[in-house]
Amino acid sequence: MEKFTTLISTCVPLPYEDIDTDQIIPARFLKATTREGFGDKLFCDWRYDETGKPDPDFVLNQDKYKGSILVAGKNFGCGSSREHAAWAIHDFGFKVVISSFFADIFKNNALNNGLLPVQVTESFLNNIFSILDDDHEAQIKVDLENEEVTLMESNLTENFEINPYKKLCLQKGYDDIDFLLSKLEQVEAFEFSLMKV
Amino acid sequence: MAGKTLFDKIWDKHVVHEVENGPQVLYIDRHFIHEVTSPQAFDGLRKRGIGVFRPAQTVATADHNVPTENQHLPIKDELSRRQVEALISNCKEFGVELYGLGHPWQGIVHVIGPELGITQPGMTIVCGDSHTSTHGAFGSIAFGIGTSEVEQVFATQCVLQKKPKRLKIDINGELKKGVVSKDIILYIISQLTTGGCTGYFVEFTGSTIKSLSMEARMTICNMSIEMGARGGLIAPDETTFEYLRGREFAPKGEEWDKKVAEWQQLKTDEDAAFDKEYHFSAEDIEPMITYGTNPGMGIGIAQNIPMTSNGHTDPALRKALEYMDLKGGTQLLGKKIDYVFIGSCTNSRIEDLRMVADLVKGKRKADHVHAMIIPGSKQVEQQARREGLDKILESAGFELRQPGCSACLGMNEDRVPKGKYCVSTSNRNFEGRQGPGARTMLASPLTAAAAALNGYITDVREMIN
Ligand code: SF4
Repeated sequence: MEKFTTLISTCVPLPYEDIDTDQIIPARFLKATTREGFGDKLFCDWRYDETGKPDPDFVLNQDKYKGSILVAGKNFGCGSSREHAAWAIHDFGFKVVISSFFADIFKNNALNNGLLPVQVTESFLNNIFSILDDDHEAQIKVDLENEEVTLMESNLTENFEINPYKKLCLQKGYDDIDFLLSKLEQVEAFEFSLMKV
Repeated sequence: MAGKTLFDKIWDKHVVHEVENGPQVLYIDRHFIHEVTSPQAFDGLRKRGIGVFRPAQTVATADHNVPTENQHLPIKDELSRRQVEALISNCKEFGVELYGLGHPWQGIVHVIGPELGITQPGMTIVCGDSHTSTHGAFGSIAFGIGTSEVEQVFATQCVLQKKPKRLKIDINGELKKGVVSKDIILYIISQLTTGGCTGYFVEFTGSTIKSLSMEARMTICNMSIEMGARGGLIAPDETTFEYLRGREFAPKGEEWDKKVAEWQQLKTDEDAAFDKEYHFSAEDIEPMITYGTNPGMGIGIAQNIPMTSNGHTDPALRKALEYMDLKGGTQLLGKKIDYVFIGSCTNSRIEDLRMVADLVKGKRKADHVHAMIIPGSKQVEQQARREGLDKILESAGFELRQPGCSACLGMNEDRVPKGKYCVSTSNRNFEGRQGPGARTMLASPLTAAAAALNGYITDVREMIN
């Protein structure tokens, strides 16, 4: 997994609530057997029309919005547990998703792939959206160490929460499997204790 | 000391280790896998040079991607075929039992687990699929995980999880005529919204729940994920034990008696506290249908589509109605439909098929409607044939096909064309879920069958006495 410390970037706004993982990556693209290459299909049905032509109204097709931070409405990533959604977002080049609320499974999936979900308050999120409306080059700084997200221009800052263990994993680029493998003896002891009861 | 909830009892018993200020290492009793979310996890094992730690606790099936016709022939779609073949070779390489295409136990993962008696009370169960919550109907902690977590379970039989909070949803009273368990859960989600239970694990309680069959309980737990909950469970009781008795992998003989005695203890203590509670009355529930593009956008069949959500003009509602080409303030009754899909891990069990057969017996679907019935498993399909349901359904013009996820997510060729309306017994009406541009309306098998007969959205209560 890639390490994450601090990121300063322009953003891509997607101001809709309840964006589900079927929108992020439609099921018909889940036939691959590897983790790579999903970025091309990210938000496919919003991005392209039936003939495969990019829809100029969709934000990912607009040159003015670029960057490694995706900013989305409340309850992002609900629905299907497909990790392909996190892979697609990451593969496209995003390192951070900011929203005022994340669905549980998506949050785990993102963290397991070095994609940082940053949960902010609704008012902070609305602030970001309105600033991006006026100034598409506005930058945001995400500082994992201090758990802070800052709107660079206006210097508006908010803290976000992240589990200390997950934070350490991101900072070091560790993953959960390495950690769990180090606990195998304990797992075996646990199984043994179950057999005795 | 205050009592414990059922959820706490099962969870706490499975904690192997607690990371300081971090998640817990949770031991997993049963791991189900399928072709779509497992290949990358198997690959991960190969890269690390390790095997599956407890292969005997893992069961695989092919369901998401499989055709629902001619399953004996090679899969035509090359990518699907390759994915199913990858599952076969991975299971062989890592020693995992596979009930694949052609196996008499093949079917949708959340249908076969319970039906084979693999799912049992008190267990922790995971699968790389959000509707793993279905298995909670047996009084187990069952939840969906991502592919990285599938790899964790392969490697160590554990997942790292933060313990969810406890939520109780209590439903009491008698259901009205024409109202079934799908309506209960669609009603609850419409009240609590799609994100309303995020961070919680639900226990469903109350006299209404107690009165339901296992199939009906599974429908409810299945959709608990659609309100954002990590999962939902129901305390096991005589109905649960009766369902499990004699099933393939259920305990037998003395072991059975011992297990039942253990399972009878699986309940929430009277003085246990939940973090949150909701109470509903069964009498308030009508046959439900969705009008929008998430499962929370549901109404009683005779109600008007809302103009606003919570008094606000909400861009999400506007976008949804635009996609569905429907108007706020109008009724759905009488709306012409094109497709009916009866299937998915929500409503494809024998009881669902019986319910539909009962309603359509001696009748005929409307000519313009395509009506598909996809049984949840090979065993359901066989049982339906034994009971003669196939004849009833086919003579009513319904096409009974072979088991799989099918048009629930449209990974195979069973899709709803752009702009067409489909009344579906599945669990998600997201944009494009049943095919690009498809318009899905979620409902119970009864309401779906009624719509197929008339060719338009119908209040099923008018068809039954
Ligand atoms: S039937 Fe639908 S919801 Fe159920 S497991 Fe298959 S794809 Fe998922």
